[in-house]
Amino acid sequence: MSDLGISRPKGQPLPKPPFLKRFFDSTLISVGIYVVIVGLIAYGAYIGAQGMGYNWQWYRVPQFLYRNTEVGFEWGEIPIGLVATIKLSVTAFILAMVIGLLVALLRLSDLVIGSAIAVGFLELIRNIPLLVLLYLFYYVLGPIFGFDRYTASILTLAVFHSALISEIFRAGINAVPTGQWEAAKSIGMSPSQTYRYIILPQSVRFMLPPMTGEVVHLIKSSAIVSVIAVAELTTFGRNIISDTYMSFEIWFTIALVYLVVTLILSIGVSHLEKKYAVDQ
Amino acid sequence: MNQATPMIEVTNLDKFYGAFHALKNIDLTVHQGEKVVICGPSGSGKSTLIRCFNGLEWHNSGRLVIDGIEVYDGAKEIRELRQEVGMVFQQFNLFPHLTVLENLTIGPMKVRGISKAQAEETARNYLERVHIPEQADKYPAQLSGGQQQRVAIARSLCMETRIMLFDEPTSALDPEMINEVLDVMVELADTGMTMVVVTHEMGFARKVADTMVFMEAGQIVEVSPPEQFFTNPSSERCRLFLDQILAH
Repeated sequence: MSDLGISRPKGQPLPKPPFLKRFFDSTLISVGIYVVIVGLIAYGAYIGAQGMGYNWQWYRVPQFLYRNTEVGFEWGEIPIGLVATIKLSVTAFILAMVIGLLVALLRLSDLVIGSAIAVGFLELIRNIPLLVLLYLFYYVLGPIFGFDRYTASILTLAVFHSALISEIFRAGINAVPTGQWEAAKSIGMSPSQTYRYIILPQSVRFMLPPMTGEVVHLIKSSAIVSVIAVAELTTFGRNIISDTYMSFEIWFTIALVYLVVTLILSIGVSHLEKKYAVDQ
Repeated sequence: MNQATPMIEVTNLDKFYGAFHALKNIDLTVHQGEKVVICGPSGSGKSTLIRCFNGLEWHNSGRLVIDGIEVYDGAKEIRELRQEVGMVFQQFNLFPHLTVLENLTIGPMKVRGISKAQAEETARNYLERVHIPEQADKYPAQLSGGQQQRVAIARSLCMETRIMLFDEPTSALDPEMINEVLDVMVELADTGMTMVVVTHEMGFARKVADTMVFMEAGQIVEVSPPEQFFTNPSSERCRLFLDQILAH
């Protein structure tokens, strides 16, 4: 290595960074500050609740998680609600993916009418609040087409999220270089073969991060179907509270359950992303 | 080889990009087994012309007949035609998510409906011919540029093409890798393949070309055999161009 004529004494230690920088850079201090801040918030909430004269009854919460009755072990309302939420979200997400892909392909097609339909759909869905969309499906389209509240919920979530998902598909597809299209064409592939074997497998890498965000978003927005009393986590939470009046404990628990589920999801996908990054 | 059979017939072809006249009144005939090298300054329409030959671009008027099939936007036979006409790109355009072997077999399997075993056997044969049989299970990103381009050539050959188009196949390569690709192309030329090559590699052109074409500003300025082309070109513009690229 040439040192460009600059003489520098070898083996001399670098000067230490200033004390404040070392202080805030250390892991122990960072964790300490984090704990103090979280603690302060929790303490504030606790003091506030006490000020209201709230009667904490955390000991009554576990029975809604699991019970050991005389007939044996059984799950409580919260895990059952969670399973229902996951079922609802998974079904809605799969449907949203299908609709989203179709809308994205329409938008990217050479057909003027196709992209017009796609843009119209996107603008319509994106500009209606989720709650209004739900009412529309349940109170208007439900009676007309004769579907129940569960179907209405799935359709609402699927349609609402398909608009966002179609944009993710479109961005992912557009991120694949045009050379890939040309290469696929030049060996005689049809557009559908090109999408299936060449373009979509490559766009997965671009779509994974925003798609995860979308799943998390969907799980969270699935809570809205509790307003039409579809059995799922939030609805069960409401039911428990109307029986027990433990709103603080139950809402904290429900929030924590959502948080745990979405965190697990995010961590899982970040592992997937690493795997795809290596493959490329 | 039957020199009389025309494989590519271009008559009065015009191509526009909006108001820009990209190809002007092109006439060109390429016979079976003929090697045509097209050169010319950048922006002269060389690439556009050969991209018309397999329907990656569409001409606006005139006639283009390839291997007896009339080419135009919306032609039903275009996909069959593309299977006959291989294309090698400047940027290789290998499929990065597939291994080398899968790059070679996906076309024959999905487009021609050939069995996996048979497609792989053909693929390994062609990898042998481009001198990289040992790279079959790697991904394109693990290969050098020269190796990638040879895989791209093999990928086209696996479709059992009758015409090969090369769009500046060595322009994106590091200098030390150009020869390995040109060697493969020379060997391919020796098999009697019909080839249309856009390139500035004049050494290759001298060795292989039956016909030299010089293009400028969307027009074919000169068509002549290489002896005449390199020693005594009829157009002044062509002579200047050759002086520039052969100067050192």
